[in-house]
Amino acid sequence: MTALPWYGLLTAAAVGLSAGYVGSLMVLRRMALVGDALSHVALPGLAVGLLLGFNPYVGAFAFVLAAAFVTWIIERSTQLTVDAVVGVLFVLALAVGVLLTPEPDLLEALFGSPASVGPGGLVDGLAVTLVAVLATRAIYRPMVLSVISEDLAASAGVRVAAVSLAYLTLVSLVVAVGVQVVGTLLVGALVIVPAAAAKLLGTNLRRFATLSAILGLGSAAGGTALSVPIDVPAGPLVVLLGVAAFAIAWVAFALLRRRAEGPTGPRTDRDAPAAPSVLPRPGPAAPTVRPGGQAP
Amino acid sequence: MGASASVRAEGDRPLPAGPLLVVEHLTARRGGRTVLEDVSFEVPTGTTVAIVGPNGGGKTTLLRALLGRVAVTGRIRWSGAVRVGYVPQKLIDVDIPVSVEEFLGMKCPGSYASCLATVGLPAAILSEPLSALSGGELQRVLIAWAIVDRPALLLFDEPLSNVDVGSQEAVVDALARVRSDLGITILFVTHDLHGLRHFADRVLVLDRTVRFEGTVAELRADRARTAELFGLRPAHDPPAPPTPGGGR
Repeated sequence: MTALPWYGLLTAAAVGLSAGYVGSLMVLRRMALVGDALSHVALPGLAVGLLLGFNPYVGAFAFVLAAAFVTWIIERSTQLTVDAVVGVLFVLALAVGVLLTPEPDLLEALFGSPASVGPGGLVDGLAVTLVAVLATRAIYRPMVLSVISEDLAASAGVRVAAVSLAYLTLVSLVVAVGVQVVGTLLVGALVIVPAAAAKLLGTNLRRFATLSAILGLGSAAGGTALSVPIDVPAGPLVVLLGVAAFAIAWVAFALLRRRAEGPTGPRTDRDAPAAPSVLPRPGPAAPTVRPGGQAP
Repeated sequence: MGASASVRAEGDRPLPAGPLLVVEHLTARRGGRTVLEDVSFEVPTGTTVAIVGPNGGGKTTLLRALLGRVAVTGRIRWSGAVRVGYVPQKLIDVDIPVSVEEFLGMKCPGSYASCLATVGLPAAILSEPLSALSGGELQRVLIAWAIVDRPALLLFDEPLSNVDVGSQEAVVDALARVRSDLGITILFVTHDLHGLRHFADRVLVLDRTVRFEGTVAELRADRARTAELFGLRPAHDPPAPPTPGGGR
């Protein structure tokens, strides 16, 4: 029986954890497809690294970060939606990447290869995980406030644009390290699927983010470990495990919702027990702004 | 421009002296269009000021300008370092797994019991996710969020716009407590003064520029002026014949 690729397995676990945690914000921002598309932009970066003889994952990081930055600029300066911008970048990157990547390396670049991860890759994965988790934790609350309302966040002193850019940088980091485990085509799933499953079961932020990180770790490590005995590429197995977790979460969500809805009366506000009205007694009506209408 | 300290609001509540905020000749443009033009007014400390006007009249832009979110010309002067709380008209997304306690904690960690009591909500609501709240509850949680760090000024965009009729009294009541219990100055925007008419000390009618500034009583007393400002016909007048283009 083939031995487990321990370096690859530990790297997959670390990357899965950070991808799940970072991805939870991506899902909250309703940018799941953006995250997926951004990951494909890593391909031409890998290709450039291979062709020019430097670390291909540095190339991947540079390309994903550049794409994220362009998306950020266009999003804030035009009326185009992010998905439209990323849609253009995605097909461009895939086309250029496939043309540039040397054929022997193309399959590994697209689907990853945990078995080829060495001690250096593991160190990179652990370092990126540490940075990504700590930095994401630092910007988590400002990011969530921005999701609820950018004006609300700004009124609390959040520098919305700067936080958003910092977040996209972290996504780029995680994607660049994740491609060595699951490849450029599937690394987006590592960012999105665990978070989507966790959102179904999360009733508060702490539970949601923790669950997303755990599911990311579990699916990445589980898929990598299973790929050895059944002799298939790890990337697709990682995705399948993540989707299985999503399906289970979906069933659990449906059952919980059915139980919660139950036979109850109409929904009313919950008021504090002693909350007497302090309003003055009503008098004559003030005007309603209704241009051209009859005075109320 | 401006309110003098001698002005008394409806209900004979004296206005404390000194403005908390002075806006001078504020002009803002958006997409090549002038949204605010030469807007000047004052907000006296401890008062409640309503900004009323038609849709597209620049009300929300004015609040966003006060938050520094809109590029403007003119001056916005504050009486020292004024902490501002803000409740927006629209939220982008509340269908997210964030509990009320976590939401309040994003602004100010600590205990929220007194804050929730001020807005008339039970402490048990702290564990509820935002997505499970009714419109009235969410609006009051947003007020709690805005006041949790005891601001000097509360900016509120359309307090009643996302609240059903049954919950409106609770929201207005919460605002009344914010004013009476905490002494917070309130500047709110509304397109419909009806539900909040007893609540405002002063009214600013804004339709790109300031069309009226005074008390609700002064505004109501001058029926001709009211009709001109709001494009209304007095109730006792016979219906006017239709005019080409209509409107204001």
